[in-house]
Amino acid sequence: MDNNLKKSNIYAIYFGSFILILPLIAFFINAFSFRWFYPQLIPKELSLQAWVRLKLIPKEGFRTLDGFIDLWLSNPTIIKALVNSVTIGIIVTIVSIIIALPAARVLGLLNFRFKKIIIFIMVSPTILPPIAFVLGLNINFITWGFSGSFWGVCLVHLVPIMPYVVLTMTGIFANYNPDFEHQARTLGANKFRTFYLITLPAIAPGMVVAALFAFLVSWSQYLLTFLIGAGKIMTLPLLVFSTASSGNPALTAAISIVFIFPAIVILFFTSKFVSGDSSATSGFGKL
Amino acid sequence: MGGDRLKIVLSLTPPLLIIGTLFFGGILYGFLQSLGYQPAIGKYDINFDAYYNVMFSERYAKLFWTGLGLNLWVSFVSTFLAAAFALFGALAIRKTFFAKKICNFIFSLNLPMPHLVVAVGMIFVFSQSGLLARFFTQIGFISSPSDFPILVKDKYGLGIILAYIWKEAAFFFIILMSVLQSLGENFEELAQSLGANKWQRFRYVILPLVMPNLFSASIIVFAFSFGAYEVPAILGVNYPQMLPVMAFEFFLNPDLNARSEGMALSMIIALIVMILVVIYFRLTQSKIRKD
Repeated sequence: MDNNLKKSNIYAIYFGSFILILPLIAFFINAFSFRWFYPQLIPKELSLQAWVRLKLIPKEGFRTLDGFIDLWLSNPTIIKALVNSVTIGIIVTIVSIIIALPAARVLGLLNFRFKKIIIFIMVSPTILPPIAFVLGLNINFITWGFSGSFWGVCLVHLVPIMPYVVLTMTGIFANYNPDFEHQARTLGANKFRTFYLITLPAIAPGMVVAALFAFLVSWSQYLLTFLIGAGKIMTLPLLVFSTASSGNPALTAAISIVFIFPAIVILFFTSKFVSGDSSATSGFGKL
Repeated sequence: MGGDRLKIVLSLTPPLLIIGTLFFGGILYGFLQSLGYQPAIGKYDINFDAYYNVMFSERYAKLFWTGLGLNLWVSFVSTFLAAAFALFGALAIRKTFFAKKICNFIFSLNLPMPHLVVAVGMIFVFSQSGLLARFFTQIGFISSPSDFPILVKDKYGLGIILAYIWKEAAFFFIILMSVLQSLGENFEELAQSLGANKWQRFRYVILPLVMPNLFSASIIVFAFSFGAYEVPAILGVNYPQMLPVMAFEFFLNPDLNARSEGMALSMIIALIVMILVVIYFRLTQSKIRKD
């Protein structure tokens, strides 16, 4: 069959790609321009002012290594938000993988009664909207004293991430042959050595993808962090939201670029793993 | 087998405990509160007042029913258009042409993008002083920002729909690409050799083959857009207001009595999503039986 596309369709695809990339172009123009008034299409002058106001880049004349370190150590809001987002994301990812590993192994390799019901219970947070559970949970967290705490936010992030990590890793274990472990054990390897030398290398690629996307899901949580953190735990999505509502386009654009940076990097490095076959993709619907 | 059973129970308990206490516990507590059970302010009686208030009281009925209408409109339209756009993109991008890889990357680019950022991007592109309005002014199409149609923060939810199309088209695209790849072109070649034209090949060969995946992806997208807060909060107006935004504002209301209404609203949203998912499973199950 002919593998070439009609000219008109090629142009349609180029046009579609261009349309899709427009917001990204707008982010960069807004973030690196100074007084980009209507109706200018191209800004008259480029500027780092938004980044200076964000306190991510020092003022002119102080842009040395020391200048950067001094500025960042003064702990401006953006750095606070960045540190919180990264640490929460890493903690939640590691915890969810550790918890999901044995469960996924059992679900992927064994058959038992109630398996379907258990899987149904596990995936239900991916279908029902977060607003359905977080309003009630918020009150519980206040009673338990988790509200407004860092660990409370970590705990609530586990809800959207857990089902997704369990599901992805169950898929990995469904295609995994445990016989190699038996062989290693008969040859005298202990449990930890077997896990380290046999199991881990086999599941590692899928696990890395699951971990990266678990991180992204945590990275983009707004509602859960806002309600459970009670405004005390500042993360990047909260900063984007409040800046967007206050209506400073340059500042909003600059924070948004910081916010989407890991997403683009992760997509770039995992694009060959990301396909509709893997349950990894379904997690994206939730970002 | 006894050892196996212990292993199964021990392995499954931690994740079930997390989802059980946090997720189902949260829903249960929200449900109790929606029934008016609020020990914090000394209310212990159980009734359906909050549901009645939200749906039928003079104060909220109009807001609720217009909100429900907007919810259904936004979710259906954005899901359908995103799927259609992605289908076109996926069918074209499997062929060879110049810069195919770049187009492929751009079509998947919004997949990991947070919804919040996509919503902000819509303001930058479609607002009356946005990128498009500037472009049309430069080519002399319009002369002032007010000539440009209101596409974000509009009462028809157009900005919200645009944001969901942007974001979810990438999700559909990735799923369609992998389905099309695994199918190969044999079926189409066969149909072509039997004399099917382009439209017939699309309508009777490709569409039925991708439909199951397209449909299940649609359910995920629909359920998500029906209950998500961020995008309508940034791109919506005060009236009509999508239900998740309305629920959240009830909840943040300093009047603690409004909390029950907020909870009732979030229960209604969850119930509608659940009903749709059940209908979907019934439909697919009966279809599988027929086949």
